[in-house]
Amino acid sequence: MSKTILKAEDITMQFGGVVAVNNFSMEVHEGEIVALIGPNGAGKTTAFNVITGVYAPTNGAVYFDEQMIISNYPQGKMKKMYAGENEGKYTKKIEKTPDQITKLGVARTFQNIRLFKSLTVFDNVLIAKHMRSKANVFSATFRLNAKEEKKNREETRKLLEIVGLLDVQNEIASSLPYGKQRHLEIARALATEPKLLLLDEPAAGMNPQETDELTAFIKRVKEQFGLTVFMIEHHMDLVMEISDRIYVLDFGKPIASGTPDEIQNNKRVIEAYLGVPEDE
Amino acid sequence: MSLNVFFQHCLTGISLGGAYALIAIGYTMVYGILRLINFAHGDIFMVAGYFMIFATATFGWMAGIPIMLACTVALGVMIEKMAYKPIRTAPRMSVMISAIGVSYLLQNLTTYLFTALPRPYPEIPILKRIFQIGSVSASLVTFLTPVLTIVLVVILVYITNHTKVGMAMRAVSRDFETSRLMGIKINNVISITFVIGSFLAGVGALLYFTDRMSVTPFSGTLPGLKCFVAAVIGGIGSVPGAVVGGFVIGICETFLIALGYSTFSDAFTFILLIIMLLFRPTGLFGEKMIDKV
Amino acid sequence: MNMKKTTKTICTLIAAAAFIVLLVFLESNKNKYGMAVTVLQKGFILAVVAVSMNLLNGFTGLFSLGQAGFMALGAYTYAIFTIPVESRASVYYISGMNPVLAGIELPMLVALVAAGLMAAAFAAVIGFPVLRLKSDYLAIATLGFSEIIRALIASPQMDTITNGSYGLKSIPAASIYVVVGLCIICIAIMALLINSSFGRAFKAIREDEIAAEAMGINLLKHKELAFVISSFFAGIGGGLLAMFMRSIDSSTFKIAMTYDILLIVVIGGMGSITGSVLSALLVTASKEWWLRFFDEPLTIAGVNIPLFRNGFRMVIFSILLMVVVLFYRRGIMGTSEFSWEGLTGLIKSIPSRVTSLFHKKEGAAR
Repeated sequence: MSKTILKAEDITMQFGGVVAVNNFSMEVHEGEIVALIGPNGAGKTTAFNVITGVYAPTNGAVYFDEQMIISNYPQGKMKKMYAGENEGKYTKKIEKTPDQITKLGVARTFQNIRLFKSLTVFDNVLIAKHMRSKANVFSATFRLNAKEEKKNREETRKLLEIVGLLDVQNEIASSLPYGKQRHLEIARALATEPKLLLLDEPAAGMNPQETDELTAFIKRVKEQFGLTVFMIEHHMDLVMEISDRIYVLDFGKPIASGTPDEIQNNKRVIEAYLGVPEDE
Repeated sequence: MSLNVFFQHCLTGISLGGAYALIAIGYTMVYGILRLINFAHGDIFMVAGYFMIFATATFGWMAGIPIMLACTVALGVMIEKMAYKPIRTAPRMSVMISAIGVSYLLQNLTTYLFTALPRPYPEIPILKRIFQIGSVSASLVTFLTPVLTIVLVVILVYITNHTKVGMAMRAVSRDFETSRLMGIKINNVISITFVIGSFLAGVGALLYFTDRMSVTPFSGTLPGLKCFVAAVIGGIGSVPGAVVGGFVIGICETFLIALGYSTFSDAFTFILLIIMLLFRPTGLFGEKMIDKV
Repeated sequence: MNMKKTTKTICTLIAAAAFIVLLVFLESNKNKYGMAVTVLQKGFILAVVAVSMNLLNGFTGLFSLGQAGFMALGAYTYAIFTIPVESRASVYYISGMNPVLAGIELPMLVALVAAGLMAAAFAAVIGFPVLRLKSDYLAIATLGFSEIIRALIASPQMDTITNGSYGLKSIPAASIYVVVGLCIICIAIMALLINSSFGRAFKAIREDEIAAEAMGINLLKHKELAFVISSFFAGIGGGLLAMFMRSIDSSTFKIAMTYDILLIVVIGGMGSITGSVLSALLVTASKEWWLRFFDEPLTIAGVNIPLFRNGFRMVIFSILLMVVVLFYRRGIMGTSEFSWEGLTGLIKSIPSRVTSLFHKKEGAAR
């Protein structure tokens, strides 16, 4: 089995007295496409936000490339209220900010598209190159980094060509049609040169045709850039078609994991989605 | 500093703080509802000073006070309708610039109309009467300010917590869009906020200028800024917070002046602000953000 | 419409040459065109400060109102280090100059850089706590800070350094070439910064902080950087103003100064460098020169128009600001920059605009 690139361990997220995610663990291996699914309100987005550094978990840890990037344990008021498991297992508080996590090689997209709306498509992608730039503010202002800048522009152009947005490179981002905006957001994430790509409901608001296009697109860039993909998604067609493995959450608890076939035939998953027949 | 002098300064400080508190409420309420620092509020307070001068000159102080209050309220509501309402959907920075524009306009207009020279504020004989409590003596306005402030705040808190209008105000401050969908008339709520804010600024101006005795077109700038700081210190959006913030700043300022640091008394307010933002950005009553108005 | 690159270069060179000829002409006929000389210098100095404010407000999306305070720091730093040693006794005639500073006289350029650094250092200190919070707090904290600076400068405790409320005079002047030249260099540096990789990062923060952070941009670091650089140039702008006015006192740097700069930025367009420069020149010229008559008593056909008297000009300006804010929020340039294509496009569109205006009127008449 290939190397584990992302690992979440015993993630518990408690808001006040409500346990939104309870003791969730998962692993994503290099080169896989893994999906997290579950009925509405199952805690998918919360789990996702913990992994991307938006919320600090109440308890648990997240590792990327065998390095601990997030870890927390119940503190202060939460000590008394804590209702989750594995108390005392974690004793460190590590909280990398989203920009640090991106620098390590994790890129993400957003459920409700967040582009730099009034900038051009080209600039949207070029901005992602800033992070890896070695120039400081002086060398950048006085163009001492001209070579690097030229290289970044060239790479941006290439990337836009690969994702099929080169013909609209000078358009203002907000003027693109919805589907293209989604593609641009993924292109922008790719420009940060990630090892792992996190997609937050990439097909939200798309019609079946757009969803099919997106499915093909994700498959293609995954191969081309040698990526690992982890996503939350509601469109089962998309999930079943491209995922190598699937995790299922219900009421904050992991209820199943496995290949798409296994999940489709898992009794607990079917119950979670369709409910339990009354006569049982 | 003898105990006697100490009490004397306390009294002056509480009195100044009361006036500040009344102005700070205007900031905190508008911020709570529109998320706007109403830079013009300090200037509304200044114009209220001029209204009183002219109203008293024509009608005497007894009729002058209600006329002044009515004019101030009208001015506040008019500013909202003309300068803030048309650009309510614009980026927040534009609305703030509009507020600055109004402040700039009011200052330049009053300079043009009344010159930059200080105008004497009318003396209201009753307010100026000296009272003696123990060994501490002060004019009636000094005793009256904190009492009046507390009374007005109690009334205001009652309105926000126990009336339909107050409920609407609390709802709007929580969520603008949802309140609109729930059928709350947003424009009315905003107008009422400005009516209350301007009314209190008018009362504050009466108490403040009676003590200071003159008005200039720039009299509103610094008190305005200080009162905004008071609102931040108390926890922006919280009416009781604004009152506490006002008293804190008023008392500190009075003591700094008494100790001979009058040049630093203004600076102190902002140092307090920065310290507050460093250690408790939500202000003293920040956790009560829930019932912000 | 695409113009050839060479054509554009030629246009730019001609414009630059014409500008230099204008400067030489004005400088050699100073007595006749004193007002134009003044307006040009002051306009360019305010343009530096306006662009520095735009860097923050228009490009990074942070609302700062401390420009007057940073200018005051710059102006005083510059003045203290450049007033000739021999005239210091007469400037500080009240309480004498601090012995540590009394012997130090710096060359003009060094003093100007010191002025910028002084402002930048203060910005770094206040930026650190305030930039973590929402932008509103930055507005009020910088406004307050600028008042503190003014109060400190005027305080009697600072007499031996700033000469308290008496102000500083005998500041050495520089020729119009030096003033305008330095201003253009400052503006050019800021323009280069805005068009660099860092400038793009600033714009990303303005557009969407959360997305910018997800692109690996460290928010606090970049906000602090924008704030410090903006203050640096505001400080230099203050130094240049001291150089130009030759005497300064703390009342020059009231909040009204910040509001004036804001007016320039808003009229020029938030997010346009050329807009700010154009607007700085226009506003200064109107204020100091073309619209002076608003403040003078006006008599038409023997009838005295009562509106025209001292202060009317400023009322007109305030109303102008409100009109721009409420109805022309994009200002002169919006977020675009000057280009020769834009200019020729504008000129070519004039006939059609005029005709459409007539058509509209006709339509309305019907």
